[in-house]
Amino acid sequence: MFRNQYDSDVTVWSPQGRLHQVEYAMEAVKLGTATVGLKNRDTAVLVALCKPASELSASQRKIIPIDDHLGISIAGITADARVLSKYLRAECLNYKHSYDFTYPVTRLITNLGNKMQTTTQRYDRRPYGVGLLVAGYDEKGPHIYQVTPSATFFNCKANSIGSRSQSARTYLDRNLNSFLDCSKDDIICHGINAILGTLPTDEHQSRDTPSQYSITVAIVGKNQPFKILSEEENAKYLEWAKARGAPADPRRPGDDDDDDNRPSTSDDPDAGPRDPQVAVATEER
Amino acid sequence: MLNNYNGMAQPLWQNGPAPGEFYNFTGGQTVQKLPRELTTAGPYGTKRSTAAITTGSSVLGIRYDGGVMLAADTLVSYGSLARYQNIDRVFKINKNILLGGSGDFADIQSIMRNIDQKMIEDQCYDDNIEMKPKSLASWMTRVLYNRRSRMNPLYIDVVVGGVEQNGTPYLANVDLRGRAYEDFVVATGFARHLAVPLVRENKPKDKEFTAEEASQLIRKCMEVLYYRDTRNSSTYTVGVCTPNGCGVEGPYQVNENWTFAATIKGY
Amino acid sequence: MSSLGFEQFPDYQVPGVKHPDFSPYESNGGSIVAIAGDDFVVIAADTRLSSGYNIHSRNQSKLFKLSPKTVLGSTGCWADTLSLTGLMKVRMQSYEHTHLRTMTTDAVAQMLSITMYNRRFFPYYVSNILAGIDKDGKGVVYSYDPIGHCERATYRAGGSAGTLLQPVLDNQIGHKNINLPAGELPPLTKERAVAVASDTFISAAERDIYTGDSVLINVITKDGIEEKVLQLRQD
Repeated sequence: MFRNQYDSDVTVWSPQGRLHQVEYAMEAVKLGTATVGLKNRDTAVLVALCKPASELSASQRKIIPIDDHLGISIAGITADARVLSKYLRAECLNYKHSYDFTYPVTRLITNLGNKMQTTTQRYDRRPYGVGLLVAGYDEKGPHIYQVTPSATFFNCKANSIGSRSQSARTYLDRNLNSFLDCSKDDIICHGINAILGTLPTDEHQSRDTPSQYSITVAIVGKNQPFKILSEEENAKYLEWAKARGAPADPRRPGDDDDDDNRPSTSDDPDAGPRDPQVAVATEER
Repeated sequence: MLNNYNGMAQPLWQNGPAPGEFYNFTGGQTVQKLPRELTTAGPYGTKRSTAAITTGSSVLGIRYDGGVMLAADTLVSYGSLARYQNIDRVFKINKNILLGGSGDFADIQSIMRNIDQKMIEDQCYDDNIEMKPKSLASWMTRVLYNRRSRMNPLYIDVVVGGVEQNGTPYLANVDLRGRAYEDFVVATGFARHLAVPLVRENKPKDKEFTAEEASQLIRKCMEVLYYRDTRNSSTYTVGVCTPNGCGVEGPYQVNENWTFAATIKGY
Repeated sequence: MSSLGFEQFPDYQVPGVKHPDFSPYESNGGSIVAIAGDDFVVIAADTRLSSGYNIHSRNQSKLFKLSPKTVLGSTGCWADTLSLTGLMKVRMQSYEHTHLRTMTTDAVAQMLSITMYNRRFFPYYVSNILAGIDKDGKGVVYSYDPIGHCERATYRAGGSAGTLLQPVLDNQIGHKNINLPAGELPPLTKERAVAVASDTFISAAERDIYTGDSVLINVITKDGIEEKVLQLRQD
């Protein structure tokens, strides 16, 4: 029934100093389809893969606009994401109503983190089972934040979460240095190329028309309110991205060791506390 | 209100936890409580102020091509008594906002405590983001409008001036009802009648004032106000805000000349 | 004081200070005219913000762009106008988030009515006129009273000179009291609507001290909003 005797409750510590329930919540993020966030000097981009749950259903919305300057991309339990996005929207609206100004991204995420943390510290709550990539633009420029169910948040240069996101992270890692100074079109193409790497190989080859990839792209930046790109724009960028180079290195056999689909609870009890796997690259502040 | 998980549930006892809640839990539900003096009737019933008691008179603000200037004399009166003669009514809020306050001085001090607290909160975030003048003016309209809607207004009339993020000057007036507007000249009190027409008359068409013109006009207007407004004193302070920062200068002395008084006859 | 039974409590008074009863309202003047055509609507408002004999500002826009197809003109108590329009903007953004589409002019009109009626017993002291393109692509004007009564119209004047302007519109746009056969009545084009709106303001500025300085005219079509400015007398 239990994976071990210390995961009966969120508030129970393991002797190794771990909160197993919180770590299980982190696993929920890896069940969602992948999403990528990255930025250049004045644009932040979110790219999400939204595969329908079955042939019969429409795909879930993966990117949720919060305000004109901010949006989130989700991986994990969609219902939890809806609660969080409702909170974020309310905060942004209140802020705009009182101050006639957009909510500074860093402050909003700090407050979101504070809200999410309380659920990891009391027995009648459960952690949110959703990971977020936040793309926002404020007076300090574009931001990409990763927020995890453990309520930790990271200020990233680029990142990816969700199933098989490791290959997207590998792509981002390799191209990280070119992001800052590249054009808006280039950064979108990088995002698409990164996410194409997370597709299983067979799917990647069998699909030719852009709509079959079901990619959603959103951008926000200088003089650019948060916008989810249309089907036509997606097709255009997908075309360009493909022309620009092979998508993130196709997953080699034997690469499966990095697969983060694997539950993180290590079999080795002496592994010690495991920090959440972070970010390709995080900013200093 | 951040963590209002169980908004419908009433606490089990006064200040106690609601069902499903914990007493004084970290980050738990915080019941917003008004201070006792606002909710409890005193020995003579509940009273609200219906007029200003200790008052500051005019504030004058002028926007020019590189920033804004705010001026106010240093007198705070108690009725016709010139009660406090050396009080700054132009305040530096942060490095890009100035605020000039007139009306009930106690209310101004009260709102200033609130604003100062907000500036400290801004600094606590430690993210180099400071409030902008437009944001402060908007917040003031929300606060003042709320108070007037509860028929318990703050008897103040303020001028908010400063420089926006992109370097453009900003100047606005917010009154006790939450009425707000922006313009190149705004004033409160008697300056509205005496100084505003003077400044408007000198405005070049399709062009902003220069810093030199603005300071000349301030000097002239403070002089006129001193001569004609009985609730004015001859000393005044001037706040200047430019993209490079802001500060309050002075006190300056009005260039008074009463030699003509001897020539006035027939009274 | 004696009515409360506190005779021993002296009624202190600060010398020289008047004790007026606080009024939460203030009239800040301003007029609005809106004229709807088949596929356009024109809405105009002056830019004077005043109270009593003071002119606070000569260039305060009273037109609020709520969506690419809807503009609200609001005058009266300026503090109430600011509060009401702020609330409308918040509610419209929430609508956009929950329903994934921009509010239609008709929906905005209904919401404005309800928002105003919410304050039935402490009303927003404002005269609102809402102009926009409706869901069929036709120009439409809605007018309101301060407690939220809402009426759909094709032309309407409101604000401090509303009573002066409405009869002019009745004649020029509604063709009331005109002895001309139907065929000879001038058709309502965009140009004519702008011209009539401009003329009414020029006339109003002559008679109403709360209307003047300049007029902002918004011409709304399905392609967007075109803005024009007209100078009025400044006294």
